[in-house]
Amino acid sequence: MINTAPAPEINKNGKMTPKIVEPTLFDLSSPGRTGVTMPASDVPETALPSQELLRSDLPLPELAEVDVVRHYMHLSKFNYSVDSGYYPLGSCTMKYNPKINEDTARLPGFLFTHPLQPIETVQGNLVLMYQLQEWLKEMAGFAAVTLQPAAGAHGEFTGVLIMRAYHKSRGDTRRTKMLIPDAAHGTNPASVGMMGLQVVTIPSDEHGNVDLKALEAACDDTVVGMMLTNPNTLGLFDEHIERVIELVHGCGGLMYGDGANLNALLGIVRPGDLGFDLMHFNLHKTFSVPHGGGGPGVGPVGVAAHLADFLPEPLVDIVEEGDDETPPLYGFVKPAKSIGRMKAFHGHFGGGFVRSFTYIAMHGPEGLKDIAQYAVLNANYVLARLRNTYRVPFDRICMHEFVAEGRFEGSDVRALDISKRLMDYNFHPPTNYFPLIVHEALMIEPTETENKDTLDAFADAMIKIAEEAKTQPELLHNAPSTTQFGRMDEVKAARELVLCCWLPEGYDLNQ
Amino acid sequence: MTYIPISPKERDAMLETIGVKSLDDLFEAVPAKHRFPKLNLPPALTEMEAMNELSGLAQSNENVRSDLISFLGAGMYNHYIPSVVDHILRRGEFYTAYTPYQPEISQGTLQAIFEYQSLMAVLTGMDVSNASHYDGATATAEAVNLAYAQFRGKRKKVVISPTVHPQYRAVIRTYAQGMDLELAGDNANADLDSQPDELESMLDVNTSLVIVQYPDFFGRVYDYTKLIEAAHAKGALVCIVANPTALALFKTPGSMGADVVVGDGQPLGIPMWYGGPSVGFFTTRKNYVHKMAGRLVGETVDNHGQRAYVLTLTAREQHIKRERATSNICTNQGLIALGTAVYLSLLGKKGLRQVAELCYQKAHYAAQQLSQIDGMGLCFTEPFFHEFALCVNRPVAEVNAHLLEHGILGGYDLGQDYPALKDHMLVAVTEMNSKEDIDTLVQVLSEVSHD
Repeated sequence: MINTAPAPEINKNGKMTPKIVEPTLFDLSSPGRTGVTMPASDVPETALPSQELLRSDLPLPELAEVDVVRHYMHLSKFNYSVDSGYYPLGSCTMKYNPKINEDTARLPGFLFTHPLQPIETVQGNLVLMYQLQEWLKEMAGFAAVTLQPAAGAHGEFTGVLIMRAYHKSRGDTRRTKMLIPDAAHGTNPASVGMMGLQVVTIPSDEHGNVDLKALEAACDDTVVGMMLTNPNTLGLFDEHIERVIELVHGCGGLMYGDGANLNALLGIVRPGDLGFDLMHFNLHKTFSVPHGGGGPGVGPVGVAAHLADFLPEPLVDIVEEGDDETPPLYGFVKPAKSIGRMKAFHGHFGGGFVRSFTYIAMHGPEGLKDIAQYAVLNANYVLARLRNTYRVPFDRICMHEFVAEGRFEGSDVRALDISKRLMDYNFHPPTNYFPLIVHEALMIEPTETENKDTLDAFADAMIKIAEEAKTQPELLHNAPSTTQFGRMDEVKAARELVLCCWLPEGYDLNQ
Repeated sequence: MTYIPISPKERDAMLETIGVKSLDDLFEAVPAKHRFPKLNLPPALTEMEAMNELSGLAQSNENVRSDLISFLGAGMYNHYIPSVVDHILRRGEFYTAYTPYQPEISQGTLQAIFEYQSLMAVLTGMDVSNASHYDGATATAEAVNLAYAQFRGKRKKVVISPTVHPQYRAVIRTYAQGMDLELAGDNANADLDSQPDELESMLDVNTSLVIVQYPDFFGRVYDYTKLIEAAHAKGALVCIVANPTALALFKTPGSMGADVVVGDGQPLGIPMWYGGPSVGFFTTRKNYVHKMAGRLVGETVDNHGQRAYVLTLTAREQHIKRERATSNICTNQGLIALGTAVYLSLLGKKGLRQVAELCYQKAHYAAQQLSQIDGMGLCFTEPFFHEFALCVNRPVAEVNAHLLEHGILGGYDLGQDYPALKDHMLVAVTEMNSKEDIDTLVQVLSEVSHD
């Protein structure tokens, strides 16, 4: 499909009037239309408070139900999604999201329970949360798990708070430095920055492992700990992981695992067994909570026994043991030295816990190992197909993803151009420009839910694009050309900063 | 092999291309002694079995649609959700998409968030909204981060009304642990009758932010204009934590002069879902856009001259700024924010006002009836929205246990957080409560009072 949008019109002031593909809700509004009618009041009327306390106008759009449905259907067609195609977005684990999750998450018993109901009336919810805590502990080798954090970065923040509280409780107040590899996600240093701690960057060696010499030199009694993603963001399992952990522990630091890449480890190795003291899970990556166009995520944190007392409140536990006739009573407990509360209520129960519980229950121990094995198989297969065409700077057996360079000698084609050109082949681009230690990085994570035909089609397209880069580079520079929308004027967006829809003329927001 | 679309034959062909003999050979970098642990987990269920198990768990709960009449709120509310909302949220194009980092193929999500931002700005009376935070509590904590950054960490005091939701205050205390901040006013034993004037006496030139709730935790509606003027006179910013349904009826925080307005979007078409996920909205003035955390969608054009949207001002965010970022946040509640936008577009100008007025009318009828019961009474005299504190003159746990026997989910026990409000219950009433529900509550509570 070739974009057939007409050229933009120039108005009489010489300014360009953009063509509107889909009007906004406010553009579509027409006074007097209604989408939903609420029932009339069935109670005797009470006068409203004095006028000074009320708002005079509520300029929300006025639309009929069909207007709203069509609007969102039109918008949905502008989106690429896992349900519509291959999404090899490195570090994001864009696997297929089983449909049953959507149904279990919406069972009325889950949808319509209030977080502050007496525990006796929500034992189903509490059993589910307790089981999920137990399963996450078992899969990753930890002594305790909090489900509360709302996303991966929120889990990291929780983890850093726990590490700080642990050292503080021991009177060890000199520790102010967090060791973070140069390949780390930006959230790691940002989480540390929020705590006023200092980041010390540890380089990677020529094999993509943590540079042991640099690590050894950085380890002293001012180290809070180290935050490590393993497999790292190059998709590589650190070959000296036990030595890395030994060095960090040796100086009294704690070892934090960023669980972003846990999909590669299910049934393969438990981070707790390797010596990690704590780790966050990304239920939206590993355990099939859909990404929702940018959230909600779910970021539980698992900890070893010596950190269990510091977990945020509340945790779910058995508060009254059962016997032959009565089941145990599940309820909430507060850990002895808890860092406090990370968000209101108990975490992303419906959207997160129920979906992940369903997913784990349907896999069992063997199925979980399959996930990791096939995720790694698929990544290595694509790597094998592409390594003669794209330079792979750290080339060895990878885990669930790998990073190639999106550049060619003597060509001005960049990773961005390759990414945009992939859209013309109806693929979502890989992650680009991350990790920062690879030039023009293309980070490719196929996940386990793609078949060989799709992987071959993707590899063929990548090889063809490499050829195009040499023979017809303009195809890449101008890509995408077959999508409804082309490349964006990002400078205009940042300079003009239009962050809200046009509102009816004369409307004063502060009225 | 549940969702893995690869046949054994294809697997073997792929292994051959890679140059290894078996799947296990791919994991030689993993220390041998810890490789392939035996996981102690229950065996896999089929879809049918999983559905049965999950249905069983869900059914063992008592829910507020078919089992219980609810008068419980305290930060999460039982409202009607029009059918359209979930039909849109179930579109795979929306819920299985990633963050819209590739705008050419993500305009659906981007335009929907842009419209969400616009709707929230209108509702709160503010200039701009971000693409959302985790929930109301963490959005409030991000307001503390904004104010901290605005004064470069030099103003070290935050004044918090004790009538801000207790869990929100707890989250702020957690977030502030590494920040060297004084949290003034966060005192459960404060005089709850003298709010918000009491906060004025705590303001000084070291104050970065004042946080109040609207309506406050007890449902009371105050005009904060005077407090905001006093705060501005000291150079401090003011954040109002607002209930979005109330904003359809009461004057906007923007019109009172607030600098930041946050809150939880759950009342706008999102199920209670045992507490989450919901969505934290965050709106502010233009001047503070660069200090605001979180994603932001802006309007632009594409190279065909079409109006389009992109994530903008990303240089503020963690993936660029790393340890110098204001916040580490790297998601928004995309799908939930979409849900609230669909809800607001369906209800629109008239519908949302109707919902707010129904809540107001029913809550006032309930308050009037309940306050006539012997030995019971309202704690406060100020105007309120859809929640009010009721003195029940005996332990709330006892009263609620009795209500539960009659299929009623009673109000929140305020004595848990405020010693002075022992034996006081926070009652919430929404459009979902019929007159009959309210009359039943009144009747059962009358029996309690005569016991």
